[in-house]
Amino acid sequence: MPDLDEKALARRVEELLAAYPPETTDRLDFLHARFDAGLAWVHFPEGLGGLGLPRSMQPVVEKALYRAGAPDNDPRRNGIGLGMAAPTILAFGTDEQKQRYLRPLWCGEEVWCQLFSEPGAGSDLAGLATRAVLDGDTWIVNGQKVWTSSAHIADRAILVARTDPDQPKHAGLSYFVVDMHDPGVDVRPLRQITGEAEFNEVFLTDVRIPDADRLGEVGEGWKVANATLSSERVAIGGGAFPREFGMIGKVAETWRSRPGLRTPETHERLLRGWVDTEVARITANRLRQKLAAGVPGPEGSAMKLSFARINQELSSLELDVLADDGLRYESWEMRRPTHVDFTGRDAGYRYLRAKGNSIEGGTSEILRNVVAERILGLPTEHRVDKDVAWKDLPR
Amino acid sequence: MTATAPADVRLLADDVETDLRASVRKAIDKHAPAERVNGLYDGTDDVTAPLWSAFVELGLPGLLVPEDLGGAGATAVEAAAVLEELGRAAAPSSYLTSSVVATTVLVALGDETVLPGLAAGELTAAVAVRPTALRHGPAATTIVGAPADVLLVPEGDALYAVRGATATVVPSLDMTRPLADVDLDGAERVLLSSDASAAIDRGLMVGAGLLAAEQVGVARWALEATVAYLKERRQFGRVVGGYQALKHRLADLYAQVEQADAAARYAAATIAADDPDAPLAVAVAASFCGETAVHATEEAVQLHGGLGMTWEHPAHLHLKRAKSDELLLGSPEAHRAVLAALVDLPGPRV
Repeated sequence: MPDLDEKALARRVEELLAAYPPETTDRLDFLHARFDAGLAWVHFPEGLGGLGLPRSMQPVVEKALYRAGAPDNDPRRNGIGLGMAAPTILAFGTDEQKQRYLRPLWCGEEVWCQLFSEPGAGSDLAGLATRAVLDGDTWIVNGQKVWTSSAHIADRAILVARTDPDQPKHAGLSYFVVDMHDPGVDVRPLRQITGEAEFNEVFLTDVRIPDADRLGEVGEGWKVANATLSSERVAIGGGAFPREFGMIGKVAETWRSRPGLRTPETHERLLRGWVDTEVARITANRLRQKLAAGVPGPEGSAMKLSFARINQELSSLELDVLADDGLRYESWEMRRPTHVDFTGRDAGYRYLRAKGNSIEGGTSEILRNVVAERILGLPTEHRVDKDVAWKDLPR
Repeated sequence: MTATAPADVRLLADDVETDLRASVRKAIDKHAPAERVNGLYDGTDDVTAPLWSAFVELGLPGLLVPEDLGGAGATAVEAAAVLEELGRAAAPSSYLTSSVVATTVLVALGDETVLPGLAAGELTAAVAVRPTALRHGPAATTIVGAPADVLLVPEGDALYAVRGATATVVPSLDMTRPLADVDLDGAERVLLSSDASAAIDRGLMVGAGLLAAEQVGVARWALEATVAYLKERRQFGRVVGGYQALKHRLADLYAQVEQADAAARYAAATIAADDPDAPLAVAVAASFCGETAVHATEEAVQLHGGLGMTWEHPAHLHLKRAKSDELLLGSPEAHRAVLAALVDLPGPRV
């Protein structure tokens, strides 16, 4: 069956549509059928929603199903599951785990979240303190996680916890799948400077995880977590952007529709921001061309640095352009959105939300270290905690 | 919205470009090492002529000339590679003014009288407009690219080929790009076209777009030289490149140079494809790359410490080249003004 060409793949989609006409098929039945036909993510193996085809053939499926009005799996609702948990499960899960997790994950029956960051472990993720202790064939987990998006709607989570505090920090970690409906899981909204709570704090008290739900070997948690984090980077670096994407589009719209607000100083900043955004768009395209040609591009970290800066500069400019109207704020009402929208809501929200862009997914300071050390080959930062047992580190 | 759509063009070097780049770098390494380029500032020029001869041997002056006029019929992408290498070495050459700007003007006019000589490298030419001009305008008396065998001199909408003009080189901020006072008195002049404005605009636009590649070359040299130096230089018992304050500056500079590279490639590729998006791509690249080269060389001078201030170290050659390049063929601000019109973002009504 592998080595399907585009025509054969398109035929397979037609067969699915013929057997399960979208207009008369229940949404979930259709998604199950699509998964079982290997048309969920064609680059996954057969039997796990895919056909072992190149990832680049996925658009053949998506376009045909879109034209036919087929229901989708609402991917925005399960970004962590699809973008981070699934590739990690595929790489490190047992056959039994893959069979159990991937189908409900892809179909959206189970939303996933990620329990990595902690109040005491942000940039220094490997220093995390959440403990997992084995009791028979069950791990008992205690600790606190933070900045968890979707935790309030999630059914499962990927978790990194410390299983051996006598080892240096990287060596004593293990990776688990957690049932978010366990009575020991307490999810509380984490209200942020925008007024809403996009993220959560998750308190874990005697949460019970069967050893069968461990991903990878005991003590290999850091390796597995790195696979998750690099999937995140692939997911971020993969898209093509239109011209005037993101923040510049919002400011340009205001600029064009309200000529009375224009000043020479804001004009200069607007044009600089337009140039910076366009250059970032071109750079992202070049990165995609490199990846397609099999040349690994190290620009991902540098790109994120630029996006954070551009978003912050332009969202600030937008308030300056709006002048009197820049003083308004749509609403401070506490809400819990189910997905992130950097350019959603009003200018005040965008200004405040953009402050997170240089923190989430790697702070700009850490990313500069990454670029300087891994790309430019400059000396690494002095690390006092590398060869010390985790339990002996000052904290 | 913007008037033109983004072009789907290749932004990676192909084999032809890679091979060309290697031969150009070899020629520049041989004929224009930094210590010899330094001599230009002390009145000794033993670089320009031998480097030009090497370029002629490689067929570089004819890259943008059609094959039926003796050229190579190559594209802006290959010419950009030549310029990037010139920038990397801050090497003196009339390649930009003659083989790119003047050549593009003449190709646009369908000229068959001067181009064969330019293609063969037997002649050089320069357009006699203000060095900072980004659109056609009146003839200037102080120009870059002279002395040249043929001056292309505008008069109203007309363009004349002038031979035998006197050019007196004057000291310039960047001695690798001579500035000359020209005197046309008694020179022989032949009408090339009575309607040359669009051709001149085209030449200057292509020149600005490909100058961006040179600016990337200058910036890349500054980044690489500084990183290499900071890996060796020790103070307080450790390599100074390990200080986070310096690492972070270099990381930011790396990001900026990579982006400038992408922007310059997009400009060259859209010019090569004659894509309608080329004028926008040029305005973006000229604005971004001009400032990037200046920033990169300023960082190089600062981060080399006292060494960067010396006459012996090549940082000053690149700083002067970068600053002068930033003004040439339209400042970043002037290019952003062009962009404002192209993308419908007008300024306040004055």
